[in-house]
Amino acid sequence: MRPARSYPKRRDDVRLLVMDPRLPPGRGLLETRTTELATFLAPGDLLVVNDAATLPASLGGTDGEGRAVEARLIAARDDQRFAAVLFGAGDWRQRTEDRPPPPALPVGAALSFGAGGELRARVVAQSPLSPRLVDLEFAAHGDALWAALYAIGRPVQYSYLAHDLPLWAVQTVYAARPWSFEMPSAGRPLSWELLLALRRQGVRWAALTHAAGLSATGDPALDAALPLPERYHIPAATVRAVGEARARGGRVVAVGTTVVRALEGAALTNGGVLRAGAGETDLRITPAFRPRLVDGVLSGVHAATESHFQLLAAFAGPPLLEAAAGHAERAGFLTHELGDSMLVLPGALEASGERTARLVR
Amino acid sequence: MSSLQGKSAVVTGGSRGLGRALGVALARAGARVVLVARQGEPLRAAVAEINAAGGEAHAVVADVADKHAATALAGQAAALVGPVDILINNASTLGPVPLRLLLDTDCEDLERALAVNLVGPFRLTKAIAGSMVLRGAGTVVNVTSDAGREPYPAWGAYGASKAALEQLGRIWAAELDGTGVRILSVDPGEMDTQMHAEAMPEADRTQLADPAQVAAKIVAELGEAN
Repeated sequence: MRPARSYPKRRDDVRLLVMDPRLPPGRGLLETRTTELATFLAPGDLLVVNDAATLPASLGGTDGEGRAVEARLIAARDDQRFAAVLFGAGDWRQRTEDRPPPPALPVGAALSFGAGGELRARVVAQSPLSPRLVDLEFAAHGDALWAALYAIGRPVQYSYLAHDLPLWAVQTVYAARPWSFEMPSAGRPLSWELLLALRRQGVRWAALTHAAGLSATGDPALDAALPLPERYHIPAATVRAVGEARARGGRVVAVGTTVVRALEGAALTNGGVLRAGAGETDLRITPAFRPRLVDGVLSGVHAATESHFQLLAAFAGPPLLEAAAGHAERAGFLTHELGDSMLVLPGALEASGERTARLVR
Repeated sequence: MSSLQGKSAVVTGGSRGLGRALGVALARAGARVVLVARQGEPLRAAVAEINAAGGEAHAVVADVADKHAATALAGQAAALVGPVDILINNASTLGPVPLRLLLDTDCEDLERALAVNLVGPFRLTKAIAGSMVLRGAGTVVNVTSDAGREPYPAWGAYGASKAALEQLGRIWAAELDGTGVRILSVDPGEMDTQMHAEAMPEADRTQLADPAQVAAKIVAELGEAN
C-alpha cells in the first residue's frame, strides 16, 4: 500500500473499509467512504474520541559545539521536562532509519533550539533503552516555554510526505489540550458535519485526552519498545457515557488506538472497572487481547507489519483482517496519518441493510 | 463561589482598553485567563497586574490577523489553562486614523480591518469552539459596535467588518444551536479607551463609559449564564 503524501481536499471524504466480525470473512467486508460513516452506527452507540491537540513536537537545534540536533518530543514529564528522541543532522525528508545519529549527549549536555538558539535545554536523564531517548529540561517554563515551543517547533512528520505540514493540518476538529506529539489521526476524517449528523441519529460521543507519542524513531531498540507508556485523562462524563452505552446495549467505538489504550488500560489497572481521572498506560494491544469495554475501532490504514494493524486483529480476528488487508492492497488504499480509514465494528453491516448493499463494490 | 471559578478564558486585544479590563474582571471572578495581544510589553504588564492581585493570567503574544496564529494560540492557551470555556474576540482595528471616507480608503486598509476584526475571530473560534461542542459547553463572545449597524461616514472599513462579525455570530449560533455552546455579540458602547481617542479625539471623555465598568457587566452576565 502507498502512503498518503498530502492531506485530502475534504477531511471527511476518504475511503472507508468496514469490517463486521460477526459475518464470515467473505461477507464481512465493505468499501465505502467516510461520508457514509453514520450508516454503520446505530442509536445508542457511543463514539469515544481523543481530544488531544497535536504539539509542534519537532525542535531543530544544536549542541554545545554547534553540531546539528533534532529533538522530537515524545512525553511530557512536568512543567519544564519532556522526554525526547534525538536525531543528528537532516530533517523529516530523510527516512528516520537513514538519519545520522545525534552526537554523544550525556547527562548534563547543553542544547539550544531555534534559529537564534533562543530555547535552551539540558539533558537530565538518558534511557537504558537507547542513548537517543533522553529527558530534556528546558530553561524556560510556563508562558515563555509554550511560546517558544510553538514558535520553534514543527509538527513531527515522515519522509513519505510531499511537503511541510502546517500545524492546523495535524489537528482534529475537536482538539483541546496539546498533549499529543503526533496527531491522533484516526479522528482526522471526522468533521462537524459528520459528528452532528451522528448525534441527530442518536449516536452519542464522548472524549478523553491521551498523549499519543511517536510512531517511529529509526532506532531499532526504541522502535521495538514503542509505544512507550503514555498518559491519559478520562473525564467523569466519559466514564458515565461508556457505562450507559453498555447498559443499554449500545456499542462503544474507539476512534483510534490511543482511545483503546486509554480505556482498556485504565480499566485493567482498576480490576476491569473504568474510573475517571488521570493515569499512564503501558498496555500493548496484541491480536490475543480481549477488550472489555471497547466493541469497535475507527482507525487509519496501516501496513500489515505495523503494531496499529495488529491491534485491529484483537477486534476483527485474523481471517477478516487478512481479507481486509488484501482488499486494501488491491484497491490501492492510502496509509498513514493523512490516508484512508477502516472501521471494525460487530454488526456494522447487519444493521445498515439495503443502503450499504448499494455501496458494495 | 462565582460560577466562573476555575473556568478558562481567552481574551484577545488583552493589553489595553476593554480587553485588559475583561481580563482583570474575569480573573477577579476566579477564571484562569489568557490575554492575547501583538505587543509583548503592555501585555505582560497587564498579566503582571492580574497576577499581583492574586488572580491567574498568562500572556500569549500573537497577531490574530496572522493566518498561522490561531492554531498555535489555541494550543498555547489550552496548555496553560486547560480546555477553553470562554473565548472573547475583542481585538479589533480601526485602520489608519484619522478615519477616511470610503473613496479615500486604501483597499489594503479595508483588507486589514477584515483580517483583524472578522477573519481573525473566525479562525480562532474555529480552532477553539470544536472542543467546546465536544464537551457540550462554552461561550464565545464577539465584541461588536453600533458602527456595524449605523452607516457612519468614514467608518466604512471598521463598520463593514463589525457588521460581518455580527452576521457571522448569528450563523455560528444557528449552526451550534442545541450543542451547549453559545455565541454572543456584545456592543460595549462608547468607552474611554485609547482606540476611541484615536478615532474621535474631540470627544468629551466625561461622556464615555469606563471600560472597567463595562467589563464588570459583561463578566457578570457571563457568570450568570455559565
